[in-house]
Amino acid sequence: MSPSMSITRALREAGFAGLVAAGLAFPILTLGTEMDQSNRLVLEQRWSWMAIAAGLVFVGRFLVLAFARKPARAAPHTGARVLSPALAAALPRAGVIALFLFPMVMLFWLGPQGSLKWINNYGVQILIYVMLGWGLNIVVGLAGLLDLGYVAFYAVGAYTYALLSTHFGLSFWICLPLAGLMAASWGAMLGFPVLRLRGDYLAIVTLAFGEIVSAVLTNWSDFSNGKAGIMSIPRITFFGLPFNANENGFAATFGLEFQAIHRTIFLFYLILALALITHVVTLRLRALPVGRAWEALREDEIACRSLGINTVNTKLTAFALGAMFAGFAGSFFAVRQGFVNPDSFTFMESATILAIVVLGGMGSQLGVALAAVVMVGGTEVLRELTFLKQIFGSSFDPSLYRMLLFGLAMVVMMIWRPRGLISSRAPSVFLAQKKSVSGTHVQEGHG
Amino acid sequence: MTRWLSAPMLTIEHLTMRFGGLTAVNDVSFSVGRGDITALIGPNGAGKTTLFNCITGFYKPAQGRLALAREGVARTQDVEALTLSGRRHRDGLYLLERMPDFEIARDAHVARTFQNIRLFSGMTLLENLVVAQHNMLMRASGLSLLGLVGWPRFRDAEKAAVEKAGFWLDKIGLMDRADDPAGALPYGAQRRLEIARAMCTDPVLLCLDEPAAGLNPRESAELNDLLLSIRAELGTSVLLIEHDMSVVMKISDHVVVLDYGKLIADGTPDEIRHDPRVIAAYLGVEDTEEAAQVLA
Repeated sequence: MSPSMSITRALREAGFAGLVAAGLAFPILTLGTEMDQSNRLVLEQRWSWMAIAAGLVFVGRFLVLAFARKPARAAPHTGARVLSPALAAALPRAGVIALFLFPMVMLFWLGPQGSLKWINNYGVQILIYVMLGWGLNIVVGLAGLLDLGYVAFYAVGAYTYALLSTHFGLSFWICLPLAGLMAASWGAMLGFPVLRLRGDYLAIVTLAFGEIVSAVLTNWSDFSNGKAGIMSIPRITFFGLPFNANENGFAATFGLEFQAIHRTIFLFYLILALALITHVVTLRLRALPVGRAWEALREDEIACRSLGINTVNTKLTAFALGAMFAGFAGSFFAVRQGFVNPDSFTFMESATILAIVVLGGMGSQLGVALAAVVMVGGTEVLRELTFLKQIFGSSFDPSLYRMLLFGLAMVVMMIWRPRGLISSRAPSVFLAQKKSVSGTHVQEGHG
Repeated sequence: MTRWLSAPMLTIEHLTMRFGGLTAVNDVSFSVGRGDITALIGPNGAGKTTLFNCITGFYKPAQGRLALAREGVARTQDVEALTLSGRRHRDGLYLLERMPDFEIARDAHVARTFQNIRLFSGMTLLENLVVAQHNMLMRASGLSLLGLVGWPRFRDAEKAAVEKAGFWLDKIGLMDRADDPAGALPYGAQRRLEIARAMCTDPVLLCLDEPAAGLNPRESAELNDLLLSIRAELGTSVLLIEHDMSVVMKISDHVVVLDYGKLIADGTPDEIRHDPRVIAAYLGVEDTEEAAQVLA
């Protein structure tokens, strides 16, 4: 195969692509509605926009066809590595050490005011999604059960803490395990009837469950205060010592000057610990019979049954355990925000967490963590790109393009690495040598 | 008297399985002798795999009784008593038609392989064989909870599980590929691995669905040796569906022939070879001489 096509053929194909682009751009870009001075909607025609879009596609397609080397079609990149084995082995340890040092470094570098954004928006926010990703990874990545309503368990955890603390004055440290337990039992309750379903049917029922939880929280005002949500949820305490300026507060007890950042730093370490617990428990379970049964279930459910594995119980434990970690994360979310309402638990959240797991590489702990950094960190970075306002005008808000970029990232991943960032699988037991299993052999599950 | 009549470990009585209007297995009765290699043969669509799926619990039969004795003999009076008691099992005697698939594998110790190989392709050979010992490991690890904190009894059990997996890997000649993914194995090796995985569940009855399908003559001969050694060393009874007559006639003690869901013959390989009904049905030809040649 020659590296490039003939120019005429490239021109023809690029012309076709340009036409398609023009056709797509016509309803989306060309026709727009604007409000005129008397608040009426008027149809605006922007033919130049369509021309620009079609022209860009034409030129781009032409350049790709005429000059880019054709990739070998026979070998999809499913087995290739993104990271060298040595780096992949060193990265988790280095990452954990870096995370432990992160708030301190930021504090000394940028001071209590400047570091707040970094520790809170980047550190805590990303770690919440790392934890949720790891929790969902048990269900989707290991057991191969497609769960589109994972955020429901996150909501159960958040509301458990919010309601128990505001109504009964229970402290966070009592509510944290209760929230996990509550979410786990909801996971089991949902799981029991639906885990007989497989594939698309399971996905749809979990999706519905997520919507039901959100609808109940919105509409059952007596219970959850509806859309208005639950306010003034008690804040986190340092094992009983509140983070305030009082003389029995954290700062005074330890002889420090009171600063708001103390609480943020404590929250950072708390979510770091919770995420690491999720990780360690998952790693250990993978090497235990129940974890191996999850993976076997993902590979072939019928074979599991022929070996005497109770598949319903196995699925149920995966579901309940995944839900439990979402419950922990949920109660953390509630104590961090001090406020919960149903808007935080929409399908978009489930989709984001699922995207993290899929982008990271189903089953890979490191991949999921990297994907969370990219997805959640990326959103935060978009907010930072204020210089773009100078180019596109002051009404330009880069963070509005988040979903567009997500979509683009998904398409790119699908072409480049259809099995996620890290698609290889580490065996849980080995005889002579631990060799990672290429993603091409690993099944994705259908139940 | 033959072993399957004098000392049956599995008795199948009046087994019927219907799919809508189609009767796939129609009033089939036969017994499987302990320590025998029993072959189930018949033309395509005769209901062999359906019968297998009924025995292993993947299908619930419409009618019939399947009684399996883990040890000793499935005596008629015991089977009758158990049937009347309404229970699933008593004193090592199991009524398989009352049990779900995974309990048949776990409690009655009936293991099976599949016509289209079903390995855990993304897991290594060793993992495949360790997963097969799930129930033993679950008990040793306190349902995985005690294993989470490094319970010593679990570590011993895991060591034993790996040792047993090693024994079987050695037996099927795949020791050097223990840490490779099962999906990367060639076809014949996958067949052997699936048998080894089934054996890791400590079965009393091993059900093999066309184990020699797609094997070359040398692999087929190796399979014969493997099955004979399993029977000789572990005393496991084997029930197999097979089209390859060289396998059937060479290693089986007992042959059962199905056609259109009905049992048409049941006897020793020699008897079957000369049974005119089998010759006619199995080959669908009138030319008995040609058929006899193929069956020989």
